[in-house]
Amino acid sequence: MTDQPTNTTGEATVHDIVIVGSGPAGYTAAVYAARAGLAPVVIAGSVTAGGALMNTTEVENFPGFPAGIQGPDLMEAMREQAERFGARVLWDDAEQVELTGDIKTVVTGGGETFKARAVILATGSAYRELGLPEEKQLSGRGVSWCATCDGFFFRDQHIAVVGGGDSAMEEATFLTRFASKVTIVHRRDSLRASKIMADRAQADPKIEFAWNSEVVGISGEDKVTGLTLRDTVTGEERRLDTTGLFVAIGHDPRTDLVKGQVDLDDEGYILVEGRSTRTNLRGVFACGDAVDHTYRQAITAAGSGCAAALDAQTYLTEVADAEGEKELAGTPSVPHPDGLPAALDSVAG
Amino acid sequence: MATVAVTDDTFKAEVLESDVPVLVDFWATWCGPCRMVAPILEELSDEYEGKIKIAKLDTDANQATTMAYGITSIPTLNVYSGGELVKSVIGARPKRALQEEIEAVLAPSA
Repeated sequence: MTDQPTNTTGEATVHDIVIVGSGPAGYTAAVYAARAGLAPVVIAGSVTAGGALMNTTEVENFPGFPAGIQGPDLMEAMREQAERFGARVLWDDAEQVELTGDIKTVVTGGGETFKARAVILATGSAYRELGLPEEKQLSGRGVSWCATCDGFFFRDQHIAVVGGGDSAMEEATFLTRFASKVTIVHRRDSLRASKIMADRAQADPKIEFAWNSEVVGISGEDKVTGLTLRDTVTGEERRLDTTGLFVAIGHDPRTDLVKGQVDLDDEGYILVEGRSTRTNLRGVFACGDAVDHTYRQAITAAGSGCAAALDAQTYLTEVADAEGEKELAGTPSVPHPDGLPAALDSVAG
Repeated sequence: MATVAVTDDTFKAEVLESDVPVLVDFWATWCGPCRMVAPILEELSDEYEGKIKIAKLDTDANQATTMAYGITSIPTLNVYSGGELVKSVIGARPKRALQEEIEAVLAPSA
């Protein structure tokens, strides 16, 4: 290759690893890469930093936290852990990438350019929208994608939740804390959710179901006042009086950034080779929800983030060996002497 | 200048009767996106010192003001000028976007 690492400051610096995304996958990759002495740069996102868990409350199934942990606290702890070993976390969005070639480029919304030998894509997924014209206009005015953020503001009101999966059941069950009644609007006559979540929702006296129904309209000028539902079997339309609409119809992988460079499947997920995190491009690795059709859990994302860091490390070692520059692949870093990250202290205490 | 915490009791004096425009962050401890936008607001409070005041209202503890302004989603960033609500930004935004929103508010009086 012609590009020689300059190891100077500023734009000419070629980093070993740039990680795009900062959910459990991105931060776990950062912890592993940092501990390997690779000083990763994490483009964490300006408003998406911390990933999907930032919109959750109690996480009860992440091993190691028997009493549960708040999603945002868990993400803060992961960030601290990565930074403790030398990861640099940047609160900006990756807006442009050039991933072919030996030296890859990531340009942020703030206009900074980062060059790296390896890139780990941990861009996660985004909430799917209903696609109705009123949805955007009434977003934050009754339409919400975050029950844990906004449920509180619908005390003693009637709320509709759209969706039939686990996240819809979880949101609906959570919202019964505040709402007088929750109606789950679902296109089919049976739920896609896991049995435990579906049973919990169906046993809840505050939850009703609008089966075979889809939302075709949202009424309200500057506040949601009701929905128009269409029966998916008969085509009949009816009105549902509600002041809140929580949309939980799933997620789409957030991969527009790399489309056209990295191979994606039909649904937009990044394709990786076998059980590895290797994409079709040398030196580009992918992990977390951007890859995962199936499991989509914090712990599986973290696991795949670890795998991505190890795959990237192997790749950098091979590149370094080929160039006779072994130091490129990094030397193990020594943990910072300041014991546990503060966020973990409070959890352990 | 750091951000100022306001309450139902101080809202009128700190926000509505302020000499400079005030951006009020309606937030709560349980809201992840609020945590993301918090450090951005601290930075903006320094950058726009003297031009705009940045205040934070805990919606959980101050429900009268929260309900008076019909907040149903947080973070909501409301800008008040001369006692009037002049802008409402719902949801966390990147720093650059918030700078643009603030510039737009400051422009006519500049």
